[in-house]
Amino acid sequence: MLNVGKIENGIVLDHIEAGKAMLIYHYLHLDREDYQVAIIKNARSNDMGRKDILKVECDPDTISLDAVALIEPNTTVNIIKGGVIVEKKKMDMPKEVFGVLKCHNPRCISSIEQELPHIFFLADPKRKIYRCRYCEEKYSAGEREKWFR
Amino acid sequence: MRHCLTPLDFTTQELDQLFDLAADIEKNPGKYSHACDGKKIATLFYEPSTRTRLSFEAAMMNLGGKALGFAGADQSSAAKGESVADTIRVVSCFADIAAIRHNKEGAAYVASRFSGIPVINAGDGGHEHPTQTLLDMMTIRQLKGRLNHFTIGICGDLKFGRTVHSLVKTLARYDDIHFVFISPPELRVPDYITDLLDEKGYTYEECIKLEDVITKLDLLYMTRVQRERFFNEEDYIRLKDFYVLNKKLMRRAKNDMYVLHPLPRVNEISVEIDKDPRAAYFRQVQYGVYVRMALILTLLDIHVD
Ligand SMILES: [Zn+2]
Repeated sequence: MLNVGKIENGIVLDHIEAGKAMLIYHYLHLDREDYQVAIIKNARSNDMGRKDILKVECDPDTISLDAVALIEPNTTVNIIKGGVIVEKKKMDMPKEVFGVLKCHNPRCISSIEQELPHIFFLADPKRKIYRCRYCEEKYSAGEREKWFR
Repeated sequence: MRHCLTPLDFTTQELDQLFDLAADIEKNPGKYSHACDGKKIATLFYEPSTRTRLSFEAAMMNLGGKALGFAGADQSSAAKGESVADTIRVVSCFADIAAIRHNKEGAAYVASRFSGIPVINAGDGGHEHPTQTLLDMMTIRQLKGRLNHFTIGICGDLKFGRTVHSLVKTLARYDDIHFVFISPPELRVPDYITDLLDEKGYTYEECIKLEDVITKLDLLYMTRVQRERFFNEEDYIRLKDFYVLNKKLMRRAKNDMYVLHPLPRVNEISVEIDKDPRAAYFRQVQYGVYVRMALILTLLDIHVD
């Protein structure tokens, strides 16, 4: 496997479905930060065949992982502090996501009210359906580009 | 502090208490005529709906309180660009409870988040209009004596009609209700409603002709087709008179098949049946005042012995 140095503080997102790392990079808005980022695409994986890995050197608390959960809920998240893994977890469907999805219903109050946070809640955990907290518009993963901020 | 944003904010037990209170108000209005002395309701109507606003104001006045507010966004601070959040913060200093109507969905929820007083959603766009649902439920309970074990026909615009969606969702918590959805194919009930009924184990059927099913109904809820929902005038013209409930049809219905309608009606209920004892749509308006009185008392946590 391609070798990328260890990180001191940050997050490592592992077991990302091959091809989706750039998407996660994009929606975590990492292009707007000056963090050191390593993206490994098509790494060999015993259980997945191929997978993507994303490493970010940063203060782990500054990154909201809600976007990751929405794009790729099977991702493994490793939180690294002082060079050691302090937490390793599978992403869960968050009950509420703040500021990740933007409601596109033109009749929604969030389309005109100033300073209103965009909030979506997990309306149906079985079918993984999120709805706008204000108007209950349904977020559909098929139209991701339209919905992510 | 409690708000009323959707009918589902209340458990069925709490709804029973609310309807018991409304029924007691109907029987003994004098007992409640000073319950809200010194209290004020603010009616914040960003979009005009005279009937609903007057009903709220009458409800508060019947309780001894007063009403203030605005109707139509152009007269209000909203026209100057003030947010709902700021408006409700300010109004919280003037009034004890607020009823808000807005054309944007979720406006009442936003208001509740920033409010110092209880907020009642008096309609937020195509989303919810809980007091309409509460008065529909109250009407059914008063006329049939129960909120379970019946077959209800719902007829007209089932696609865009928010009162219909809200009513079905709220009824789908009571036992043994069979739903009959009657609509033109273009205006059939959305999948999320039938999915909900499937999931909760309710039975339902869909059909186009009212005459095919009217004999089996215990209740008939009529709705009008709204012009503003249509992109082209031709579709509206074609569908607006799809249903006309008249004497001839009513002859085939059960003797106690009450007819409800959220009003205003257009042509879907012929005036010739207004005198039929089963025509319940004007009684609904009266129950609306009682239910709003009960709601105001409940949200203000005022008890009358
Ligand atoms: Zn929305």
